[in-house]
Amino acid sequence: MPIPILKQGSFLIATIQSAMSDSDAQQLQVELMEQVSRVRATGIVVDVTALNVMDSFAGRTLRTIAHMTRLRGADTIIAGIQPEVAFAMVQLGLTFEDIHTALDLEEGLAYLNRRTASGAADDA
Amino acid sequence: MAAEPDASVPAPAVNDRSTDALLPELVQHLRTNRTVLREEWARRITEAQLLTAMTPEEIFSEATSVYDNYIEVLETGSVEALQEYARDLSERIIPRGVETEEVLGIVLLLRDVLARSLFEKYHNDFELFKSVLDAYEPAANRIASTVGVSFVQERERVIHQQQDAIRELSTPVLQVRERLLILPMIGALDGQRARQLTEQLLRAIRTNRAKVVVIDVTGVPEIDSTVANHLVQTVEACKLMGASVIITGLSSEIALTLVTIGVDLSMMTAVGDLQGGIEEAERMLGYGLGPARGSSADNR
Repeated sequence: MPIPILKQGSFLIATIQSAMSDSDAQQLQVELMEQVSRVRATGIVVDVTALNVMDSFAGRTLRTIAHMTRLRGADTIIAGIQPEVAFAMVQLGLTFEDIHTALDLEEGLAYLNRRTASGAADDA
Repeated sequence: MAAEPDASVPAPAVNDRSTDALLPELVQHLRTNRTVLREEWARRITEAQLLTAMTPEEIFSEATSVYDNYIEVLETGSVEALQEYARDLSERIIPRGVETEEVLGIVLLLRDVLARSLFEKYHNDFELFKSVLDAYEPAANRIASTVGVSFVQERERVIHQQQDAIRELSTPVLQVRERLLILPMIGALDGQRARQLTEQLLRAIRTNRAKVVVIDVTGVPEIDSTVANHLVQTVEACKLMGASVIITGLSSEIALTLVTIGVDLSMMTAVGDLQGGIEEAERMLGYGLGPARGSSADNR
């Protein structure tokens, strides 16, 4: 099932709707890369609220996406990791060390807005 | 069937039949000698220095109840009433520090006392005595095991109850400010409790939309490496949910444990005491509302 990617201002929002297969994850990576340059996005929120399981492949793909988008000038936030998923992830040793995580979509967007604002302030 | 002459039937059959006939006779004997046997039993309990936590009067009155229950079981063959009584008795004497071996000891003493009295009564007729024992022994064994098992069950029930109570009491997750949670850990941590605590904390983060969590371990005397690792996992899991964790009140022993097992301290924010932890958390939340996000923005 393809994952919809929405554009909101200069941010992209990808909401994972149901269990994510390996090919879904890979397709998400390809599409996000394409859209980041197309819309000149400065931030991406990947919302995983609906995800009940995070396997190592999905975790690795999300990490790859975050690292790749950073190299292309956009910050990636993983938002809405469920309590059970978070606990299972650390037990599997699967963590997003250098990637920002947020409680939910709202928090993620708020964080990106702050980043953009401070970035603009730095530029001025 | 009791009327049939013993000699004319094979031995096992004799025993089977006379068991039914002998039990009432036994019970009758024990009832008649109730006072003597009861006193004898109470005396032997005191002699063996069992139930030292109880006064002689208490021992005597409990002994009377046990004795009557004992005879009733011999008579009816149903242990339910005795079971009930043994549980009730256990409930009363466990808080006073009565040990399992004491309870088993007194029941075995009673068994002994009664067996001796039976021997005295029947020692002239050895065949009959054997039949009496055949009737008496299985019932007596069943009574002894019933009392023992009831006592242990009651003890276990009390232990479970207390464990549950401790677990419930010692893991509150408190909200002190908008988006700030405090988790004061009190008492020894084991793997199961640590795990339960983590789950509770993660759920609380979700429901309270917390951004900062202060975990206070002042009340934890020591932790082993399993729990230390668990603590680290908790910090990581909170981070995955977008909440920062501040650990406060780490004692020197716990600090040493964390360093010895090689915990990656770069991801943990530790502050000396709870007050400092809350101040730090407020600072973090304060910055969160302003335009610049301080250190975490600089990292990128």
